[in-house]
Amino acid sequence: MRAGEESVDRADAERASARWPARLHVITGKGGTGKTTVAAALALALASGGRRTLLVEVESRQGIAQLFGTDPLPYEERPIATARGGGEVRALAVDSEEALLEYLDMFYKLGAAGRALRKLGAIDFATTIAPGLRDVLLTGKVKEATTRTADKRRVYDAVVLDAPPTGRIGRFLNVTAETARLAKVGPIKTQSEGVAALLRSPMTAVHVVTLLEEMPVQETIDAIADLTTLRIPVGRLILNATRPALLAGKVTQAELRRGLAAAGLPTDRATVAGLHAEARDQLIRRNLEESLRAELVELGLPLVELPLLTEGVDRVGLDMIADTLLGPAS
Amino acid sequence: MRPDHPAPRLDIDQILADPGVRIVVCCGAGGVGKTTTAAALALRAAERHGRRTVVLTIDPARRLAQSLGLTELDNTPRQVKGIDVEASGGQLHAMMLDMKRTFDDVVLAHTDPAKAAEIFANPFYQAMSSTFAGTQEYMAMEKLGQLHARGDWDLIVVDTPPSRSALDFLDAPARLSRFLDGRMLRLLLAPARSGGRSMFSLVTASFGMFSRVVQKVLGAQLLTDLSGFVAALDSMFGGFRQRAEQTYRVLQARETAFLLVAVPEPDAVREAAYFAGRLGEERMPLAGLVLNRVHLPAVETPTAADSLAAADRLEELGGHEATVETLRAHAALTQQAGRERRVARVFTDAFPTVPTVAVTAQPADVHDVDGLRTIGAAISQP
Repeated sequence: MRAGEESVDRADAERASARWPARLHVITGKGGTGKTTVAAALALALASGGRRTLLVEVESRQGIAQLFGTDPLPYEERPIATARGGGEVRALAVDSEEALLEYLDMFYKLGAAGRALRKLGAIDFATTIAPGLRDVLLTGKVKEATTRTADKRRVYDAVVLDAPPTGRIGRFLNVTAETARLAKVGPIKTQSEGVAALLRSPMTAVHVVTLLEEMPVQETIDAIADLTTLRIPVGRLILNATRPALLAGKVTQAELRRGLAAAGLPTDRATVAGLHAEARDQLIRRNLEESLRAELVELGLPLVELPLLTEGVDRVGLDMIADTLLGPAS
Repeated sequence: MRPDHPAPRLDIDQILADPGVRIVVCCGAGGVGKTTTAAALALRAAERHGRRTVVLTIDPARRLAQSLGLTELDNTPRQVKGIDVEASGGQLHAMMLDMKRTFDDVVLAHTDPAKAAEIFANPFYQAMSSTFAGTQEYMAMEKLGQLHARGDWDLIVVDTPPSRSALDFLDAPARLSRFLDGRMLRLLLAPARSGGRSMFSLVTASFGMFSRVVQKVLGAQLLTDLSGFVAALDSMFGGFRQRAEQTYRVLQARETAFLLVAVPEPDAVREAAYFAGRLGEERMPLAGLVLNRVHLPAVETPTAADSLAAADRLEELGGHEATVETLRAHAALTQQAGRERRVARVFTDAFPTVPTVAVTAQPADVHDVDGLRTIGAAISQP
């Protein structure tokens, strides 16, 4: 590697840690706002400059595999993309059954007995009857990956979690409360306390993805209130799929007719009225978007705006979003 | 027929007016406008077609709920006032699903009050009735079954829960039923059923191991609560299963119409296609696809390319800023419409016979009855 490239890489890594200081990034948002895309792009951004990140999903949706166009992910951390400067993104689909077996094995050396439990349906049973238990297992695995070290170094520079949507995020992250109702003592309680401590520490930031539409903005405001009550630190608001405003203000039909004539386009009544109606609708839309943006700004959180990927989400688009997330080079 | 629209057009009014159709289920991924669609259809059924209609909503947006006069989760259908039913003689009732309360009602219906009180106090019941993955779907079906059994309405319009996947609505009852039927539950129940005092008196090799692990991992208190819960559940066993199966059969009957709701985005369309496939497998009647938030330019010409070229010419000329902006906005809208058509084609190519209707994106969200009426008219456009 040439010296120039090396300094670019270092600058990338510095930008990443300055702008996104936490180690565990939890990405939530209303369904359909592009959480998975944003999580993947952030994992790529934070891996630039030769770093290594882990992108985790917990809802068995295989959204990461779909996004990168790979086969369904197993319960195993495997490389899924390379980032600028030799960085590496690994991906993991956490499955609560596998996580429970791994957990039991780690603490109780179960081995074959663990597999027997699975055959019996015990694990399905346990995670069904006590959903809070499932969340402890899922978040427990995320905690383990976030804090894992090898040769006295952190294995991952950052972990990005594609988390449940805003409607469920408070409950998902509030693991202690959910399990405290069920397990008053014992290792599950200890485990959930460890997770709760990590989630409330500066090592964690929850970022909320939203669109400039009413329902997602309302849910964003509600989720931030929930998280604040739970004392879970909120990082950034990520405003996804924004479009440039093409219209500065109102246009009259007379103006349009003159303009169309000057451009040599047809000026029949249908064309003029149609274009005029389109402009009016877009202005209504834009005014609504402006008032929603104002509501978000009022929350007082750092706001990142991402452009709409008009050609669908491919690797080029992901890299563009990753660059925007990383912010301008200083 | 234009090649862009190979699918037959969905005639919503025909469905809403058909006295043989008694249930309309709106399904789709989260964030595609299921609740608004369900409310708009129910309003239209009452106002236009004179039907006694009830809409069962699940987690509606606050302002939409208010527009229907719903201020709290109370599980009781309330008549919606201030709508235009004078001519048609229809009625509209609306309710929001209260998941916990519906679950409580199921318990009360299947056991005596003393046992019910014991169940309600159990921490496992509290966890399961409020957070069990699938409880909301199961309870939506349960509530649908109840409304249907009461026979007070000509038409029930159901919104489905905002699940991670539309398939959850069909899968959840089977999952609950599998869980209640599971080997694990039977093992835990064996001693209770044979009248033994301790649930662990029956010691099979694997079960002994299980109880030791559970004791170690979860602690003894939890085990006592669990055994209490499981024993109590046992008494309601048959009832749960039977009701889920009954509702399932109603969903397969001719009186039901499933409407898929999607938006022209890859994830939502893929989800709709999965769901259409599943409905076919389950022999459930799919009436059609409602494609919400479709963008359509008001005029087809000038084309996007012509508009952009003209905008560039005018910009050089100067003095026509507003027209330049309008032409560029028109080009962007035309391009977006083209992208959306390509995305929607994924569905129509896979299910060419499923009737489809495209609903144009509204510039602002809906929060009153007038807005719902507009949506209803847009879905039913000729």
